[in-house]
Amino acid sequence: MKLKNKWPKYYKKDVSTHYCPGCGHGVVHRLVAEVLEELDLGKRAICVNPAGCAVLAYKYFDIDVIESAHGRGTAIATGVKRAKPELFVFTYQGDGDLSAIGTAETIHSANRGENICVVFINNAVYGMTGGQMAPTTLLTQKTTTSPGGRDPQFDGYPLHITDVVAQFPGVTYAERVAVNSPAAVLKTKKAIRTAFQVQVDGLGYSIIEVLSPCPTNWKMSSIASHKWIDEVMSKEFPLGVLADRRKRG
Amino acid sequence: MAKKQCKVVVNESLCKGCNLCIEYCKHGALRSSSGLNKMGYHYAEPSEEAECIGCMMCTLVCPEVAIEVYGE
Ligand SMILES: Cc1ncc(C[n+]2csc(CCOP(=O)(O)OP(=O)(O)O)c2C)c(N)n1
Ligand code: SF4
Ligand code: SF4
Ligand code: SF4
Repeated sequence: MKLKNKWPKYYKKDVSTHYCPGCGHGVVHRLVAEVLEELDLGKRAICVNPAGCAVLAYKYFDIDVIESAHGRGTAIATGVKRAKPELFVFTYQGDGDLSAIGTAETIHSANRGENICVVFINNAVYGMTGGQMAPTTLLTQKTTTSPGGRDPQFDGYPLHITDVVAQFPGVTYAERVAVNSPAAVLKTKKAIRTAFQVQVDGLGYSIIEVLSPCPTNWKMSSIASHKWIDEVMSKEFPLGVLADRRKRG
Repeated sequence: MAKKQCKVVVNESLCKGCNLCIEYCKHGALRSSSGLNKMGYHYAEPSEEAECIGCMMCTLVCPEVAIEVYGE
């Protein structure tokens, strides 16, 4: 009998991650590593890491990684890609990183249409720091800083940052996906592959938002987290392609 | 058509017992261990009741790359 699923080449072998059981980060890491291998990008790839639970991703990806100050990922990626256009440059960022402290960098890099890819993990909370409310936190969702549930009068509404940047002519491809079932995981891999191919083809900026479970801060089991994405989170953040300008002349 | 003969192996030291693979294995080929691994989790293990058919659903959802599936 043959092994049907080999270990991804650009994921360090047999390293136990620091992620909580059922966390979506591990799934997305694996998909990124698989796509890097399939598109043969590993040797020229640079990942720009966030502040957030994925801060230690350099311990897992077997490629070069730059650690960013909180939220500054796409500014760093801009500099690297402009200085060394032959490199493949992507950021890996959480919703606190990308859509709170990093909003300016996110918006302007997208508006400039930098030839970079953004892998955006939306788990609707600040995971690393203990589950505080993020801009993406859903209405009525309880977090450590919205113990009575997010109140729009006081806290505003969930921020749809990917929908915002998808409006910009500089954004070539934007899609929202999830990792809460085997089929959803396959779709997410396809989306990451499409986004990475956009940069390889020199077509500009791409962003993939992944609705990703944080069972620890959602205070749910892994399985309940998958259901919550299906029944609640994806109603606020509907899945699908938000922009596709690959065919413009 | 005869069922495919396959084999599922869980790397006990990587598994964090999230149970997602068990949930998505619709063939009942996985179960939760009674013992604990070094991290203190009830890891997933092949069940004795049913055989793996090699559909790969468990490997897709596993956040730890802890599952290997063997087949033709
Ligand atoms: C300048 C600065 N301010 C605040 C922090 C504290 N901090 C670290 S991670 C984080 C938020 C992480 O949330 P998110 O980006 O959603 O990622 P997750 O942990 O959920 O994956 C914050 C506020 C920091 N590291 N640097
Ligand atoms: S706190 Fe949430 S995002 Fe962070 S590792 Fe745990 S489950 Fe994942
Ligand atoms: S490959 Fe399919 S049948 Fe085999 S253990 Fe995984 S989910 Fe179950
Ligand atoms: S999905 Fe992976 S980590 Fe979770 S129980 Fe199964 S083998 Fe273990």
